[in-house]
Amino acid sequence: MKKLFCTAFAALASLCLATAALAAAPIKIGALFAVTGPASFLGEPERNTAQMVVDAINRGGGIKGRKLELITYDTGGDATKAVQLANKLVKNDQVVAIIGPSTTGDSMAVIPIVEKAGIPLIACAAGSKITDPVKRSVFKTAQNDGLAVARIYEQLKKEKRNKIAILSVSDGFGSSGREQLKAQAAAYGMQIISDDTYGPKDTDMTAQLTKIRGSRAQAVICWGTNPGPAVIARNAKQLGLHIPLYMSHGVSSKKFIELAGDAAEGIRLPSGKVLVADLLPKNDKQKASLLAFIKDYQGRFKAEGDHFGGHAWDAVMLLKGAIERGGATPAGIRNALESTRNFAGIGGVFNFSARDHAGLGKDAFVLVEVRNKDWKLVR
Amino acid sequence: MKSDKLKFLVFCLVVLVAPLPLGGSYLTNVLIFVGINSILALGLNLLLGYAGQISLGQAAFFGLGAYGSGVLTTVYSFNPWVAMVVVALCVAAFAFAIGFPVLRLKGHYLAMATLGVGVIANIAFNETVDLTGGPSGLSGIPNLSLGGVIFDTDLRNYYLVWGFALVMILLSLNLVNSRFGRALRAIHDSEVAARVMGVNARLMKVQVFTLSAFISAIAGSLYCHVMTFISPTSFGFHTSVELLTMIVIGGLGSVYGSILGALLLTMLPELLRTFHDYDIIVYGLLLIVMTIYMPGGLVGIPAALRRLLPAGKAKGGANA
Amino acid sequence: MELLNQVTQFVISGLATGAIYALIGLSFAIIFNSTGILNFAQGEFVMLGGVLTIFCLNVLQLPLLAAIGAAVAGTTVAGLVFERLAIRPLKNATPLALIIITIGASILIRGLVMLLWGKDTQALPAFSGNDPISVVGATLLPQHLWIFGVTILVIVGCRLFFHHTISGKAMRACSFNPRAANLVGISVGRMILLSFVISAAVGSLAGVIIAPLTMTAYDVGVMLGLKGFCAAIMGGMGSGLGTVLGGLILGTLESLGAGLISSGYKDAIAFFILLLILFLRPQGLFKKGETERV
Repeated sequence: MKKLFCTAFAALASLCLATAALAAAPIKIGALFAVTGPASFLGEPERNTAQMVVDAINRGGGIKGRKLELITYDTGGDATKAVQLANKLVKNDQVVAIIGPSTTGDSMAVIPIVEKAGIPLIACAAGSKITDPVKRSVFKTAQNDGLAVARIYEQLKKEKRNKIAILSVSDGFGSSGREQLKAQAAAYGMQIISDDTYGPKDTDMTAQLTKIRGSRAQAVICWGTNPGPAVIARNAKQLGLHIPLYMSHGVSSKKFIELAGDAAEGIRLPSGKVLVADLLPKNDKQKASLLAFIKDYQGRFKAEGDHFGGHAWDAVMLLKGAIERGGATPAGIRNALESTRNFAGIGGVFNFSARDHAGLGKDAFVLVEVRNKDWKLVR
Repeated sequence: MKSDKLKFLVFCLVVLVAPLPLGGSYLTNVLIFVGINSILALGLNLLLGYAGQISLGQAAFFGLGAYGSGVLTTVYSFNPWVAMVVVALCVAAFAFAIGFPVLRLKGHYLAMATLGVGVIANIAFNETVDLTGGPSGLSGIPNLSLGGVIFDTDLRNYYLVWGFALVMILLSLNLVNSRFGRALRAIHDSEVAARVMGVNARLMKVQVFTLSAFISAIAGSLYCHVMTFISPTSFGFHTSVELLTMIVIGGLGSVYGSILGALLLTMLPELLRTFHDYDIIVYGLLLIVMTIYMPGGLVGIPAALRRLLPAGKAKGGANA
Repeated sequence: MELLNQVTQFVISGLATGAIYALIGLSFAIIFNSTGILNFAQGEFVMLGGVLTIFCLNVLQLPLLAAIGAAVAGTTVAGLVFERLAIRPLKNATPLALIIITIGASILIRGLVMLLWGKDTQALPAFSGNDPISVVGATLLPQHLWIFGVTILVIVGCRLFFHHTISGKAMRACSFNPRAANLVGISVGRMILLSFVISAAVGSLAGVIIAPLTMTAYDVGVMLGLKGFCAAIMGGMGSGLGTVLGGLILGTLESLGAGLISSGYKDAIAFFILLLILFLRPQGLFKKGETERV
C-alpha cells in the first residue's frame, strides 16, 4: 500500500515538475546589434531598449506564462561577424526569431541565413533594399529612407525650390539616402545640381560647401549621422550659406543641436515622432506609446530615448504581439507578423502584408525645425 | 623532409574529421572563416615572415579578389570558377606592376606605402557605387558549384575552403624548402649580402609580393562566394592589422604558425565574449604583451620552453 | 571671379587643416628622430588632448585654460607610461615588432577611452566665439586663427629647444648617432623618454585646438594620425620647417582636390600624394638625398 502511494506521489510530482518545466521554458529571441564600432550610435540604444522592453514584459508575467529570454550578440558593424553570429543564434541557441541587425550591410549579409532557416528577422536598419523585394521571413521596423526623402521633397516642392545640392556621407546610411534622393527627384520635379560626399570621420567640409555656395542650388540636403552634419552646419554658417539646409533623420536627436550649437538654428529635418512627442495632438495614435517609451528609457538609462532605440522597441513589441497571436514557433510568428495591422509603435503605425514587410507610410515622418535649441513642428 | 610530410598528412586528417563532432553547430561556419583567414595569413607570411617585407595593405588584394569575383559573377554573369582565375591573375599583375616602386622602400616607409595602397583600394570600393554597390555592399553573389554539387551549406563550404587551404599549405611548404625559399630568407637576413651572393633581390621581392597578392585574391573570391554578400567595411585597415596580428601571434616564418594564429584570432571574439565590451582592450594588450615577451609567436613556445630547461638536460643548442 | 573666390576659400580652409597635420607630423618626427620608431599611437595622443579637455571642463568643472593644461599634462603622462611599459622593454626590436606594439597601444588607448568616456561625440566650445571673419574673399573662424597661432608658437618653440638648449641638442645628437651620443655622456634612455613626452604634449595640444571645430570622440585619432604621418614624410621627417610645409601643402592639396575634383576621393588624393613622394623622393621634398651605410 505504502509502495503504491509512494509511486503515485512520485508520478504526480514528476508530472507537475514536468509541466512546470515546460511552462517555464523561456521563449528564446536572438538579437544582433552593432554595439561597438562605427555604428554604435545605432546599436547601443537599440540593445538597451530591447533589454528594457523584454525585462518589462517578463515583469508582467511574460507571454502566456512563458518568460522571454533575449540573447544579444555584438556584430561591431562587421558583416562577417554578423553572419557568424546569425548562424550561432539559429543553430546553437535555437532562437525562434531574431531582431536587428542595426545596419543595412549587416542585414543584407544575414538575410540568406534566416531565409534558409525560416527564422523570422525583424531588422532595425533603414535600407529599403532589406524588404524590397519582399522576402518571406524578413521584416523591418526602421522607416525606409525613401519616406524621409519624400517628406523633404514635398516641402521643397511647396516652397518652389527645385534646384538642390546633395551632400551625403560615404557609408551605408548615406549611400542609401543618396540613392533614394536620386530615385525620387524626377517624381517631385527636383533637379540635382551637385552630388558630393564626405567621409564619416572628416573634419572639414568647407570645400564641398564652397562649391555648393557657388552653384545655382536653392537648397542643400545633407544625409548623414553625427558628427558630420554638425560640422557641416557650422561650416555652412562660417561660409555664410544662405540657402536652406535640410538634414536627414540620422541626426534627429538633441545631440545634433548640442554639437552644432548656434549653427543648428533654422535647420529642418524629417523625424520620427519620438522627437516631438509632447508637441503632438492628443488624438495622435502613437502619442501614448511614445511618451511611455521616453519615460522608461530616461528612467533606466538616464539618457534621452531616441529614434534609434525606438526601432528596437517596435521590434520587440511586434514580436510580442505575434507570439501572442501565432504561438512561439518560427512559422507561427512569421504568419502573425505578416498579418499585423494598425500597430501604433515608436517609428509609426505599422501595417504589414504579404507585399509589404516594411509596414510604414508617409505619416511615419514629421518635418521639424530647430528653433531656440529645441524642435518645432513644421506644418 | 619525412617528418614534414608526416606532419602535413596528420594535419590533413585533422581538417577532414574536424567538423564531424560538431554536428550542426555554428562552429562549422566559424571554421570556414578560419580557413579563409588561414589562406590570407599564409600569403602574408610568405611576404612578411620569410622575405621580411612589411605589408599593412594586404586587405587591398583580399578586397580586390572579393569584389572582382563578385562583380564579374553578378553584373557580367561570369562562371564563378573562371572569374576566380581571371581575377587572381589580374590582381597578381597589378601587384607585380606596383611591386617594383613599392618594394624599393624599406621598414617604416614600406609599411606606410602598403598602408596607402590599402586605404586607396578601400576608398575605391566605397566610391565606385555603380559597379560595387558602394557602402551598401554587393549582394546576390552566387555560390560556387562543382558538377552537380552547389556549395551552399556550411559543411560543403568548409571542405571547399579547407581544400584550397591544404593546397596552399603544401605549396608554401614546398616553396619554403626550395631555392626560392632560401633566397627569400637570405634577403630577410641581409639584402645587401644576398645581392652580393648573386640573388636578384629586387625581382624576388616583387615575385613573392605578387604570389602573396595572388593567394589573397583567391581567398577573396572564396570569401565572396561563401558570404554571397560583401561590403567595403570588411576590407579596411583593421583587416590588414588583424592579419598581421595573426601571423605575429602564430609565429612569423612558420606555415603552421599562420594557421594557429588564424584559428586563435577568428575564435577570439568567442573566447572574449565573456568580457563583453572589454574585448577591445584585451586585444590591444594581447598584441603588446605577445610582441614583447613572445616574439617567436605561439609556435615558438616549445623552443622557448626548451631553453628554460636546466642546462644539464638540454641536448646541444635549441633547434628553433 | 567666383572661381577665384572659391579657390581662395579652398586654400585658406586647407591651410587651417594643414596646420593641424603639421603639428601632428611634428610630433611624429620628434619620436622618429630620436628612436627610429614610427609611433602608430600618435593619433591617439591627439585624441586624448581633446577628450581629456572636455572631461576636465564638463565633469571636473575646471576653467578652460586649466582644463587644457590638465589635458596636456594627462596626455604627457600617458606618453610616459607608454614609453616605459611598451617601448623600453624592447631594446633591439625589429621595425615590425615596433609597428605592432604601437598599433596594439593605439587599440588599447582607444578601448580605454571608449570604456571610460563612452562613444559619443562631444563638442568643445570655441575659444573666442564663432563669428566668421572675412579675409580676401574667404571666411575663417576665430578658432582657425588660434590654430595658426599655436602652430607658429610650437614651431618657434621647437626650433629654440632643439637648437639652443642643451637637452635639445642632446636629443638631436641621439638621432644622428645614439652610440656616439652615449659615449659623450648623453643618457640615451632619458632622451628617448623626453622625446615621447614632448611628442605627446605637442600632439595633445593639436587635439585641443582642433576640437572646437571638428568635435572629438574616441576614434578621431586614426585618420588624423595617418595624415600627420603623411605630412612628416613629405617634410622629410625633420623636426622643423620641412614638416610644417609638408603639412600645409597636404592640407591645401586635399582641400583643392575635394572642391575641384571629387569630394569622395579626398583621402585617396592625400594617400596618392604620399605614395608619389615615397616612390619618387622618399627623403621628402625639402631634404637632400641620403645614403645608407651597409
